Formats: sequence, structure tokens, C-alpha cells
Amino acid sequence: MTATTVADTETRAPRGPVPNALTSAQLPRFVELYTLAGALAVSAAVLAMTGFSIVGWLVLSAVLYLVSLGILSTVVENRRKATDRVVRGLVTIAFLLAVIPLVSTLVTVIIGGAPSLTWDFVTKTGGSVFDPSTLKVTIVQGAWQAVVGTLIITGVATLISVPIGILAAIYLVEYAQPQQWMARTVTFLVDVMTGIPSIVAGLFAFSLFTLLVGPKAFSGFSASVALSVLMIPIVVRSTEEMLKLVSSELREASFALGVTKFATIVRVVLPTAIAGIITGVMLAISRVIGETAPIFIAASFTSNFNANPFSGPMETLAVKAYADYKFPSQDIAASYQSAWGAALLLVLLVVILNLVARIIAKAFAPRGLR
Amino acid sequence: MRPSDRIFRVLSTGSAGLIMVILAGVALFLIIKAGPAIVANWSANPDLAGGTTHGYTSFWSYVGPLVWGTLFSSLIALVLGAPVAIGIALFISHYAPRRLAGVLGYLVDLLAAVPSVVFGLWGIFVIRPFIIPFQDWLNHYLGWIPLFSGQVSQTGSTMLAGGLVLAVMILPIITSISREIFLQTPKLHEEAALALGSTRWEMVKLAVFPYARSGILSATLLGLGRALGETMAIAMIISPALLFSVRILTDTGNSQTIAANAALNFPESNPLQRDALIATGLALFVISFGVNFIARWIISRTGGSRRLRKAGSR
Repeated sequence: MTATTVADTETRAPRGPVPNALTSAQLPRFVELYTLAGALAVSAAVLAMTGFSIVGWLVLSAVLYLVSLGILSTVVENRRKATDRVVRGLVTIAFLLAVIPLVSTLVTVIIGGAPSLTWDFVTKTGGSVFDPSTLKVTIVQGAWQAVVGTLIITGVATLISVPIGILAAIYLVEYAQPQQWMARTVTFLVDVMTGIPSIVAGLFAFSLFTLLVGPKAFSGFSASVALSVLMIPIVVRSTEEMLKLVSSELREASFALGVTKFATIVRVVLPTAIAGIITGVMLAISRVIGETAPIFIAASFTSNFNANPFSGPMETLAVKAYADYKFPSQDIAASYQSAWGAALLLVLLVVILNLVARIIAKAFAPRGLR
Repeated sequence: MRPSDRIFRVLSTGSAGLIMVILAGVALFLIIKAGPAIVANWSANPDLAGGTTHGYTSFWSYVGPLVWGTLFSSLIALVLGAPVAIGIALFISHYAPRRLAGVLGYLVDLLAAVPSVVFGLWGIFVIRPFIIPFQDWLNHYLGWIPLFSGQVSQTGSTMLAGGLVLAVMILPIITSISREIFLQTPKLHEEAALALGSTRWEMVKLAVFPYARSGILSATLLGLGRALGETMAIAMIISPALLFSVRILTDTGNSQTIAANAALNFPESNPLQRDALIATGLALFVISFGVNFIARWIISRTGGSRRLRKAGSR
């Protein structure tokens, strides 16, 4: 391996009685790459004898890399540098560990969902159809009811949360004195609210509507209320950030011209920050659109088409993915297939929302903030 | 003051007030609905005789194991996830090439955008089969530790699988907050450490960690808060039981969590049982409110800046 040659050439370098970091032996520049290649090769050879698996190979390589680099550096350089190199390896591995689940999740969803994601799947209402003449039950694959449900429930939640969130942020930035009790309380509560478990929001909406409407309280609107509880703090937080970025000179210039506070906010501050605010709102939507637990607690689930948010159960894509897996029909494979289809459709929606949000943020950012 | 001015002021102040009302409303309505189940006589009430509430003498004996399961699963997620998350934050802030750092940070943030139900499906079809050999190994060699003891699961629907997926789900929040605070380390501290001849790791130990200690702590607590309330990963992956168990490799010894229990049993419950589930939800609300409260308090006490709060809301 490279280790022996490196050690040979390097030990010939002069070493004074007092080791000096600048003049004492150093490993060559790309030693980390060499060691990595060596570790990969050696562990591949070892595993070729005992039975090869990709996971085992990567894990063994990582361990081998850290150990051999540590030993090599301790022998040639010193312990401090060895620790430094090992830590560098460790944090890099930590990062790769985070990329693996991300890639794995996306690949799994795409492979699982792609076969079922047809135009029919998106535009047909799913369920089972009973044919009285042949006495056969045919199962129709479809997610139309869930697509409509997702759009309605998230749409209504957005309609509730965005005005409240933006106005509250305007209060915090434009009207409140930072030391005022109400401003401090609201800021703190918004922070704490971001941590409310989503299922608690669902249980809250269910409690609220059973107390108001009675026992059959499942409705799309109830789910929207649950989502609003989760969404408002996100909107407040991001809008607040954006309003704070608007320079105070703009406001002062407007006031100096005799413009009222209301007109200053609506005509000067909001237009300046609008791109950031829209981005924040879209990211907030993408956060809540994938929620599952609060929706099926507040709106239950159904495979029937229901476009009226004020009565009857409603389904979203996330809930459909869960329900198809948890309560499959007789044809289990088909149900799983449709669960994956719904999951992929949901991931696509989230990705599109995220991308559009980033594009808006980039394209419409006022000069100087770009 | 013109009328438009006055109206707008009232509207925005009212919205801020409404947020306080909403939070109070969440607590209030949960308490109102939970009340009947908490005060009910559990051993005599026929509504509580069957289903999920079968065989419990009081609400407290029902919620006890659930609270344990919630804390235990979150703790596993934290032990598995927090060190990795802090490592990632360090990698992005101090090790990765400056030009790549933004992209890499965005990649980790993408993890936060993946819907929880997708993580649930992923856990079932990828993680469960993946960890079976690993579980066998742990059970075979380390089975004398209570954590790994018991009859090892052949399906992989274990606490370890659930904890692993939970750990992935809490990575982004811990990473983004730690990253922000690592980046705020005063440049002069870092340069002073380097000028004294520190290696990069010694610089991190001398300058970054002391500065970021409370930030890391509150990031971890916020991650804990997220793990406490996560429903789908646990509900879909593990095969649960209401008990006080520390076993993480078995089919029968997985302590159930509050959120997953409520999600799984809600559809088939009668009204009083639903009230009982809402009461457990109230317990979850109190626990996670407490954890978040402490985390935010630590941040505000140490003069957390705007950037830090922004990171926390993601």
C-alpha cells in the first residue's frame, strides 16, 4: 500500500530534538485520497472473500480509512495532526450519512411510484366498483379525490393563515416597540408554536369542531384549521424576517414626504419585501401540504369524491398514501402501488413548490438583497 | 390619524392578539375535551371496556406507558441523530469548501421538506429489511445489555427502526440551528486560535464549541421537541405495545408513543375513548411545550440573534 512508501521517504527528512510543526515531517498533499482509495480496495478484497455487500463495504472502508489515516499521521506527523485528520474524516462521514437517506428516500419513492403515476391515476376517483350483472368487484386506481382534497384543505389553510400571519408580522415589525410585553409575548409564543406536534393540532381541531358542530365533525375545513395552527407561526416568522430587511431609510423617506403609516406600509414596505414574503408563504405551504396525522384526525379519510370543505370526510395525498398502506383492499399489491403513487405525487408537489419559491426569491429580490 | 391608518393598526394588532388567543384556544379545547376521560371511572365505564383502553384502571395508568414510550423513542432518535447533525453542521460551516457550503446546506434542508408519510413508507420498505442483520448481530453479541435483549424481531418493526427514521427526520432542524450558530463564531477568536498554531480541530475546540455550547444545547432540545411529536414514522414502522420497556430489537417490547397511539386508535374509537386519546394529546402538548419553552428560553437568554430564530422556524 502507499503507506510504506510514504513512511520511507518521509522518515529520511531531518528531525530536530524539538518537533516543530513547520519543519517536521508532513504527509503528502493528497494522502487522504490515497488512503481512501487504499481503504476501499482493501475492504473490497476482504469482503470478496467473506461475501460482498455494498453497505458492509462502505462501513468497513470508512472504519479502515479513519484508523489507517490516524495511525499513519501519528507515526509520520504527530498526534495533534492525526486527531485533526480523523475529525475531518468523521464530519465528512456525518455529512454523507445525511445524504444517504435523502437520496434513498427520493429514489425509493420514484421507483415505487413511477409505474402507477399515470394520467388516469391523477384524474380518476379511486375506489371499488361493483358490477351487479357479473357480481365482480373491480378496483379503480385513482387519486383525484385526494388531489382535490389536498388543494382545498391546503388552500383554505393558506387563506386563513396568510392574512393573520402577515398582519401579525406587520404588527411586530412596524407597530410594536420591541420591549412591549405584547410584542415579546407574541414573538415568544410564535417561537414555541413552531414546535407544536402536528397531531396535537389535529386533536385540537377535532375537539373544537365536535364541541361546535356535534359528534360528526369530520370536515375539510376542520383539517384546514388544524393546518393553520401549524402554518401561522411559519408565515409570521418568515414575513417578519423579510420586513426587517427593508431598510429604515425607505420608511423615513416616505414619512418625510408626509405619507401616512398605513400608506407607507402598503405602498413602500410590502412591495419591497413581497418576493421574500411570497417565498416564505410557499415554503410554509410545502411544509403543511405533507402533513398526515392532523388531517386524518380532523377530516378522517374516504375514497369518495368530496369537494365541499364544510361537510363530510375528505382525503389528501398524504392521508391516501397512509390509508392505502394501513388499510389495503383485497388486492394488497394494488393498494401499496397506489400508496406509492400518492406519495410520489405529493413529493412532486413539494419539490415544485420549493423550486418555485426559490425562483421567486432569486428573480424578484430587490436590488442589494440579491 | 386617518381612519385607514386606525383600521390597519387595529387589524394588525388584532392578528397578533389572535395568535395568543389561538394558542390559548388549543390548550383550552384540549382540556375541555380531555376532562371527561380524565375524571371517568375507568374500571366501571362500559365505553372504556374494549379497544385501546381495555383493562386500565385509570387515565394515569393508561398515559404512563405512552409518556415513557414517547420519551424513550425520542431519546433514541436524539442519541442516533444529534451527534451526526452536529457533525454535519460543523462540516458545512468549517470544513466544506466555501463555495459548496450553500448547496450542501440546502441539501440537508431538503430532508426537512420530505413529507413524514414518505419517511414512513421508506422506513417500512427500506429501513426495516436493511437493519434486520444488524439487529441479529447486536442481539447475538450484546444481548446481555437490556437494551438489546429479548427475542429478536424477524420483521424489523422495532423501536430501533423507528428511532433510526426519527433520527433522520430531526437531522435538518438540529443541523440548521447549529450551523447558524457555528457561523456566528467571532472570526477573531478563530483567527487567534489558528495564529497560535492550532490545527483546525483545535481551533473548533478552542473557539467554536465554547461559543456555540448553549446554541447546540437548544438545537438539540428543539430536535427533541420535533421527535416527541412525530407521528407517522412510529405509527407506520413499529409494532407497538403499551408498556414500560427498554427493549429496542423485539416485536413485542416496543413502547408505544402518544402521537402514534392516538393516530392508530382514533378512527375505531368511541367518543369517550377519543376523549381519552385527546387527553393523551394534551399530555404530549404539555411535554413538547415545556421542551420548546426551555429551548427558546436558552436561546433568548444567550442573546440569540435574528438569524438563529429564523433557522429554528424551518
